Formats: sequence, C-alpha cells, structure tokens
Amino acid sequence: MEQKTNVRAIIKNNFAKKKRTTDKAMPIFFLVCASVSVITTIGIVLTLFTDAYKFFQKVPFSDFFSTNLAPLSPEPHFGILPLINGTLLTSLIAMAVAVPLGLTAAMYLSEFASDKVRRVLKPMMELLAGVPTIVYGFFAYSFVTPLLMKIIPTLEAKNALSPGIVMGIMILPLVTSLSEDAMKSVPEAMREGAYGLGSTKLEVTLKVVIPAAISGIMASFVLAISRAIGETMIVTIASGSSKNFTFDITQSMQTMTGYIVEFTSGDAGSGTTGYYSLYAVGLMLFLFTLVLNLIAQYISKKFREEY
Amino acid sequence: MMNYEIELTSKEADKAYKIDINKKRIDHRILLNNIAKKAFFSSMIFALIVLGLLLYRIGVQSIGWIDLQFLTGKLSISPEKAGIFGAIIGTVGLICVVIPVTLVIGVSTAIYLEEYATQGKISGFIKVNLSNLASVPSVIFGLLGLSLFGRFFNLGSSILAGGLTLSLLVLPIVVVSSQEAIKAVPGFLREASNGMGADKWTTIKKVVLPVALPGILTGAILAISRAIGETAPLVVLGIPTLIMRVPKSFMDDFTTLPIQIYYWTLDTVLTPEYANLAAATIVVLLVTLFLMNSVAIFIRNKYQRGF
Repeated sequence: MEQKTNVRAIIKNNFAKKKRTTDKAMPIFFLVCASVSVITTIGIVLTLFTDAYKFFQKVPFSDFFSTNLAPLSPEPHFGILPLINGTLLTSLIAMAVAVPLGLTAAMYLSEFASDKVRRVLKPMMELLAGVPTIVYGFFAYSFVTPLLMKIIPTLEAKNALSPGIVMGIMILPLVTSLSEDAMKSVPEAMREGAYGLGSTKLEVTLKVVIPAAISGIMASFVLAISRAIGETMIVTIASGSSKNFTFDITQSMQTMTGYIVEFTSGDAGSGTTGYYSLYAVGLMLFLFTLVLNLIAQYISKKFREEY
Repeated sequence: MMNYEIELTSKEADKAYKIDINKKRIDHRILLNNIAKKAFFSSMIFALIVLGLLLYRIGVQSIGWIDLQFLTGKLSISPEKAGIFGAIIGTVGLICVVIPVTLVIGVSTAIYLEEYATQGKISGFIKVNLSNLASVPSVIFGLLGLSLFGRFFNLGSSILAGGLTLSLLVLPIVVVSSQEAIKAVPGFLREASNGMGADKWTTIKKVVLPVALPGILTGAILAISRAIGETAPLVVLGIPTLIMRVPKSFMDDFTTLPIQIYYWTLDTVLTPEYANLAAATIVVLLVTLFLMNSVAIFIRNKYQRGF
C-alpha cells in the first residue's frame, strides 16, 4: 500500500516538473501557423474584391464586358472580352496538344510499358514538368514561332498558336501523370477478367481500364485547362499584347495573365483606374480557375467508381 | 441459331469457314493492338523529343556566352559586357527569405494537421483550403504581394517583399510533402515515446521530426526550386527593368535569373544578342535546378528509412 502511493507520488511529481506549459503552448503555435494558409486565401479574396469594387465604381459593367480594350488611350476602355477570348483560345490550343498526347502516353505507361521502360520514361516525363515556364516562353518565342512561320507564312512574330502549342507541352506531364494514376488504380482483377475472355491489350485498355478510370482522366483534363488558363510567362512572351478581339490564331492576342503582367511592369500608378483594372481582371482569372478546380473535385468525387 | 443452320447444310465446309473467319479477326485485332502500342509509344517519345530539342536549342545558343565574366559581371547594356551577378545574388537573397518562412510555417502546419487535429472541421477546412490555394495561378499571388507586402507594408519591390510573396506561393508544396513525411512515421515509435512518459511535444521534437526530416527536406528543396523558377509574381510586384546595382540588403530592389531571362527575351527585337544572353541565363538556371533536384533525390534515397 505504501509503495503504491509512493509510485503515484513520484509520477505526480515528475509530471509537475515536466514543462507542461510548452506541451500546452505548442498546439496553439501550430494552429497559428496553420491559419497562415487560410489567411492567405482570405487575403487574396479580400484584395481582389475590394480593388475590383473600386474599379467597378469607376467603370460600368457594360464597359467591362465589352470587346473594346484600350487602357492607355486618353479615353480608356476596359473591355475584358478580348482577354477572355485570348485566354480561352490559347488554352484550347494547349488542350488540343495535351489531351491526345497525354492520354495516349498515359495509356502506354500504364498498360503497355514494361516496368523497366516505365522506370526510365516516367522520370524523363517529369523533367518536362520541372522546367520553369519562362524557359518555355523563350523556347516558344525563339524557336517554335520561327519554325511555324515556315509552315504558315502569314504568321505574325507574336501569335496565339505558338504559345498555345508550347503550353500544351507544358501541361502534358500533368495530364499524363494524373491519368496514369487513375488507370493504375483500376484493379488488376478487372483486366484479368477481360484477358481471360481473349481480349488484346488495346481492347482491355479501351473497354475496361478507361471506362473504369474515366473520372480521374476527366479531372486531369479539367485541372490541365485550369493550369493553362493561369499560365503567364509563355503567353506574355510569345503571344504579345495586341488587344484586338479576334479569332485568328496567327495574330497576336493578349490573355488575362498577360494583361496583368504587361500593366504592372508598365506604368500603373497606384490609385488609377488602370491599376484597379488589374484586380478586376485578376478576380475574373481567380474565379475561372476556382470554378474549374471545383469542377475537377466534383468529377473525381461524384463519378469515382469504388471497387 | 446461325451456326445450327449452317451445320445442317454442310458440316465440313462450315468448320473450315469458321476457323478462317476467326483467324482473320484475331490477326486483325492483334495488328490493331500492335499499331496502337507503337502509336502510344511515339506520343510518349514526342514529348521527350521536344524536351531534347528545347535543351539542344538553348545549349547551342548559349555556347560561347557562359564564362566567368558572365557569371560575375554586372548588368550592362552592351551584350558582351553583361553579366548576371546581380541576378544570382538576388536569387540567393530570395532563397534566404523563402527557406526559413516556408519551413517554419509549412512544417508547423503539417504537424498541426497530422499530430494534433487529424480529424475534425478545422483540419478539414485547412486541407481543402490548401488544395485550392495550390491551384491559384501564380500571377494572383503577385497581385496579393503587390497590395499586401508592396503597398500595405510598404516593402515596395524589395527582396523581402518578393521572398514573402513566393513563400506563400510554395507553402502548399511544403505542407503537403511534410504531411506525407510525418504520416510515414510509424505509430509504434510514437507509442514507445509516450510509453516512456514523454509528452506530445517532446515526442514530436525528439521522435517524429528527426525521422520525418529527410522527407521534409526533400519537399522543401522541391518547393524552393519552384520558387527559383517563378517569374510572374515577381514581375507583378513591379521589379524595375534594369538594375545595375547588386542588392546589399533585404530591403533593396533586386532581380532574379528568370526576370533577367524575361527582360532579355523581350528586348531581342532591339538587340539580337540578348537572345544568347537569355539562353546562357537559362542554362545557369536549369543547371541550378537540376543540381537541387539531384540533392533532393539523393537525400530521399540515402536517408529515408523503411520500417
């Protein structure tokens, strides 16, 4: 009996000696650090909305959603439609490159390649993802555009086609790796079932694996569009700053991101309408990518097949 | 039904006919399979050829331009004398801000999510928020930095402002990789530590973090290599085009390697030699990134312990 109380007393004593305060204080410190990311999001939303609000006090909605964009003229107009047009066209070109190449590359890596080949090819593919976008921009401007000019003589030095194609190469690893992950997670038993019925690899891939992995594949496409829309340096360098509303991809056109970069590195004094227009365009860009990301999350959650 | 009818008319002929049809069909299917395999492989190879072309072009253009004078020289208008010493110092300064900020906040967030609030509304919210933050375009972070650090805290376009902006940008990468590293620490280590009477913070400090350190470092290096290659947010912060001085403190204006590439690429219209300077800077940037990634892979392979 005596011994028991002794042990208890020792434990109690030890506990009292231990720095209980640090143990109690640390979670609070961690929570504060964890809240930084939340504060960042709030900060982004807040700055975009307040400054865009100031913009809309000066410029009516009808002017913002028009095709007339001339921010530096004596009578400035801030129509965003040319920018949205440029953004969507370059992104569509990028998707036209990235979707077929990415999906087939993913099918190869996931279904056809041997382990040995995959171990060599996959890291090389990931190298493409590690190249900074400014390097792609330089490549598009100094190599792809002159190359395309030989095929299309009417191509301008700055155009939407070349950055679109290069952007497709840039988002290719994203499509490939996400689609491959989706295909890899299809259970082997389903493939074996199809093989047992005498299917070839191609038939197994097209009729079993892809239908089963379709949610992940679609989500990877949506994420890739979102990445292309938010991409800045490639389009800024290679697509130029023409503010015309045109569907001709051989011409120069500006994207939303390109507008933001051009205008801040130019002479946008704080407090001018031009300065606030950055935030209005930024808000549109933010909403575009946010909606696309929510769609991607919805697709992969809603249409996921559980095996 | 069909088979039965044919069988009635001529048993022998039918047999031969059926085998013939099947053989043809099977040959056809196998042929398709092989063609598809080659096509898929070639789309995989196409991406790698583009990567090779990109590296080759940049390598050729930079030949003869990278020397000691280029690495240690100051910025100059004449291409022969121009050097990137200022950009290198600017990049190093940027890293010196990004590393401590992201490591402290990122690892703390990961510890909070994995050790203290594994489930529940707050951690769920932070996780959703982080994944959304990771997909916000980098230009938007530039706008946040411009109004928060540049204007509100009046840091202008200093190294500190740029570093803090990039820290927020790469924060999700550090958090996610640290989370993975902490998750990989087996539960029995924690239990053993708790069984010895250690409180939670002591367990984290003495057991969890040391074991998770290689994974955390790998993630941090990857995050920093992302920050080094980032251009758009810094351009949006309003970094001046030409900085002849080398930055001396964290409050000075600065330029980094990608920004130098950007401005030289823009000015190739005026001075064609700037393309060579841009290519040479790209080589320096890519070599830096390659070395950093190699270190990350080395750390992961050497120090990651399996349990």
